[in-house]
Amino acid sequence: MSRQTLHIHGVTRSFPAQGKGAPTLALRPTDLTVAPGEFVAILGPSGCGKSTLLRIVAGLDTPSGGTLALDATPIRGPGAERGMVFQSYTLFPWLTVAENIAYGLRERGLPRAEQRAIVARFIARTGLAGFEDHWPKQLSGGMQQRCALARALANDPEILLLDEPFGALDHQTRELMQELLLEIWQADRKTVLFVTHDIDEAIFLASRVLVMSARPGGIKSEVVVPLPYPREWTVKTTVEFAALKARLMGDIREEVRKSIG
Amino acid sequence: MHPLKPISRAARLFLGAAFFAAFIAAWALATYGGYVPPLFLASPGKTLVAGWSLFTEFGFAGDIAITLFRVVGGFLIAAVIAVPLGLAMGAFKPVEAFFEPFVSFARYLPASAFIPLLILWAGVDEKQKLSVIVIGSVFQLIIMVSVIASATRRDLVEAAYTLGSRPAGIVRRVIVPAAAPQVMETLRLVLGWAWTYVIVAELIGAQSGIGHMIMDSQRLLDTGQMIFGIAVIGVIGLVTDMLFKAMNRALFPWAAL
Repeated sequence: MSRQTLHIHGVTRSFPAQGKGAPTLALRPTDLTVAPGEFVAILGPSGCGKSTLLRIVAGLDTPSGGTLALDATPIRGPGAERGMVFQSYTLFPWLTVAENIAYGLRERGLPRAEQRAIVARFIARTGLAGFEDHWPKQLSGGMQQRCALARALANDPEILLLDEPFGALDHQTRELMQELLLEIWQADRKTVLFVTHDIDEAIFLASRVLVMSARPGGIKSEVVVPLPYPREWTVKTTVEFAALKARLMGDIREEVRKSIG
Repeated sequence: MHPLKPISRAARLFLGAAFFAAFIAAWALATYGGYVPPLFLASPGKTLVAGWSLFTEFGFAGDIAITLFRVVGGFLIAAVIAVPLGLAMGAFKPVEAFFEPFVSFARYLPASAFIPLLILWAGVDEKQKLSVIVIGSVFQLIIMVSVIASATRRDLVEAAYTLGSRPAGIVRRVIVPAAAPQVMETLRLVLGWAWTYVIVAELIGAQSGIGHMIMDSQRLLDTGQMIFGIAVIGVIGLVTDMLFKAMNRALFPWAAL
């Protein structure tokens, strides 16, 4: 259960000029507040700066202006309280599944027995039982991302940052992963900031969807998803879901059109 | 034959052995057939006889031992200097900026050109022999290790940061393990170079070693002994290479899969 609120005030990001050109503005001044336990999806066309925003929250990128804080603590760099799952497969290839999940716990110097207990719990929750001693190379893409999710969750972060974590998976695996993530979130109510360009995914998972505008990116509109939790996959076939999808599609199409000129 | 299509293990062993056989057959033909005067090239039989007498009469086993000691000693000294420095350069850009220009310059200095100078500084004893090997391999090794460490996947480093790693943890638990298999492969390569340098060092001002034996044999025009000495180096090289490969496979099962 998360307790802290994420505050983003006037955060911008511009990249220095190449040669004689003007600097590129990737992210317009952006304000966002994410309450504890919220599941916020950031939806936008590629290159709209949604990943930039997420990386700034993670502390992997430095904003050109503005301030970020988790409750009253300013965010100045990466930290274990903001766990992240990336689109690319980022399991450490030299560590087994269990050792990957224990990575953050070992960095914190937790006693071995405690590490083992936590790892076992997340192995079970992400359906990786029997694969504890496998190398990442031996796992399918879906299993690797499940392990990456387990690795981030085992660290018990205050907020979970997901950067198109299922983007590289096939459609069927992707849907199962969404259900797994939803199940975990419904049980733990950890704050989630989820970046995606998949409208269905955003509506199915999130309690609030933010649509980003084309470059320079900024939050264009905000939709609260009125579908009650716990959600089942059948929710995707309801009229409410379709209506929401139609609305978000309209917003996104406009931005995509702008971005391709 | 189709491009890139793998072959069976048996076929690979057979083909590899076949070339050795063809090579020796060509050698036998050239010498026994009288196409090459025996003064310039001993026959395979003469070479084996020369080899036998080297071991029984001239204490060649001692030469092999001293050469092995020099190779391994020089190689280890170079590795102990180069691996940590290369990793530090790859991980930390200010360290790289400090050392890289000099190391890039130094690696073009031919080790063999240092031999006269080294004899002046260190005499003709072991210090000089080891120095030649260290000079010949350490700079190359530093650059190669540094390039390997620099190429650590950025997304793995970022993942480690979001899991709570600090800079020291990034080096110890990401950069070092990520670089380890390739560093070991590089060491395998550099060990091969060390053999080249040791023989060069032993050709000048040495009283023992395989290179010294080859030099002595030249004075006696004993091409059989010379060829046998060279072949012994090849065999030792092949064996150490295979041991190194086996060790890397055992150490890094995750990379070999």
